[in-house]
Amino acid sequence: MARPESVRVPLGASVPNFARSVRATTVTSRHSALVRVTHWITTLCFLALLVSGIEIVISHPRFYWGETGNVLTTPLFKLPIPSSRTLVPTGYGYVLPDQNGWSRSLHFQAAWVVVLTGLLYAISSLLTGHLRKNLLPGKADLSWRALSIAIAKHLRFERPSEVEAWSYNGLQRLTYLFVIFVLFPLVIWTGLAMSPAFVSAVPATVTLLGGQQSARTIHFFVSLALLFFLLVHVVMVCLAGFRSRMRAMITGHASPDYASTDGEGT
Amino acid sequence: MSDLSRRRLITTGLAATAGALGLGTATRIAQIYGLIPPDHGGFYGLGETLTYASQRLLTRHSLAREFRPNQVSKPPLANEIPPLTDAFKRLQAGGFADWRLFVDGMVARPASFSLARLKSYPSRSQITQLACEEGWSYIAEWIGVPLSHVLEVVGALPQARYVVYRSIDPVWWDSIDMADALHPQTFLAYGMNGDELPVGNGGPLRLRLPRQLGYKSVKFVTALTVTDSLKGFGKGLGSASPEAGYAWYAGI
Repeated sequence: MARPESVRVPLGASVPNFARSVRATTVTSRHSALVRVTHWITTLCFLALLVSGIEIVISHPRFYWGETGNVLTTPLFKLPIPSSRTLVPTGYGYVLPDQNGWSRSLHFQAAWVVVLTGLLYAISSLLTGHLRKNLLPGKADLSWRALSIAIAKHLRFERPSEVEAWSYNGLQRLTYLFVIFVLFPLVIWTGLAMSPAFVSAVPATVTLLGGQQSARTIHFFVSLALLFFLLVHVVMVCLAGFRSRMRAMITGHASPDYASTDGEGT
Repeated sequence: MSDLSRRRLITTGLAATAGALGLGTATRIAQIYGLIPPDHGGFYGLGETLTYASQRLLTRHSLAREFRPNQVSKPPLANEIPPLTDAFKRLQAGGFADWRLFVDGMVARPASFSLARLKSYPSRSQITQLACEEGWSYIAEWIGVPLSHVLEVVGALPQARYVVYRSIDPVWWDSIDMADALHPQTFLAYGMNGDELPVGNGGPLRLRLPRQLGYKSVKFVTALTVTDSLKGFGKGLGSASPEAGYAWYAGI
């Protein structure tokens, strides 16, 4: 339900002026309820998938390419970690306890929740215009000049300007789109390609990837890419002002000095 | 504001009622069509049920991928096997001539089969992948008799819903629904890669279920029970796996 005192922030160059004009009197809405709820469900699910995924990898920390791979075949690469299975030669003199039972159950349960949440988010952001307004970059954002400036600013760990605090810059938009429409679909696809039952119904899921072990290896790298995104995302949130950003993503409100906050709130 | 909150309350109430009714109806339909796995309880019950139900709807008749002979893994992998029991060693010393597969439960003609009798039925072979839940896999040619043929010989009753199968080591037992039990690629396998099935791969007799992960393909199978309910078996969760924390349905 809309709060009467909240004000929708129009996008574009007028934003900072607008925000400044209402500074003293109002709080402003930054994220819609749908974005906030789906954001935190996704966060929880991603952490569950990450922990359980690591546990599953520990039972066989070797990666292969093609259809098959096992301890008798040459791996593409091995992770230098101990394993929870005696069968795997790791070079460590001990075997970790088997945690695959709950890890697998948690992995698939979290996958179900995050896939359904993701569908809800994707469909509603199409319908509400969130995708078009907040995520699709404008022509100006996509110029090499604009992008290289954004990249340079990020590399210098510069604080976001006032415009950027209220609306994502081109680099952010491209990153979010890449995560939502490339990495997430890819991690779901490669996950399904490892299911012997699913690929019996839709064999192309795995044959297009070059085999079950290729799917597993790609799944691992896409997960690493998602983890990398998470780490950079959290660092950026801290740089921009951890408390104000957290409050905006939890309550939806942003204080008038959102853009210039030093992380201590108001 | 009060009008708004009343309207909101009514809408929420209606939505909650519709949701509860919808969920109740969905559960009822899922039960009728056999979409609820025996290990549907507990914290992970939601995920297990969604996975089993959706895969059952999608894969009731689909066939596991088969491979070319030149794709067979060389050398074939023999995973760790549990310590062999004394009963197994005695049968092994006799060349498995006395190995028996007992079939009982909801069948018209309970019977026991020697390996020779199983081999006298039309044999089938498939080159399929065995994928372990740990992540590794290999491709092998499996030779055996389709489980559906044995179920036909004993006359499985129409109300049968599951087939329980047991290893010679009573610790290992599992079950599958009739969609998997009657599936053309579900074998009682006694051969591998043109030869006898090695003990390391579950010989002399292994249930082979290529649409599920390796742990459902129980080794050293000696008994089958056809049933309409899994309640009386172990803790009623369908197999030894859920009792050890693993899912009953292992299609993913």
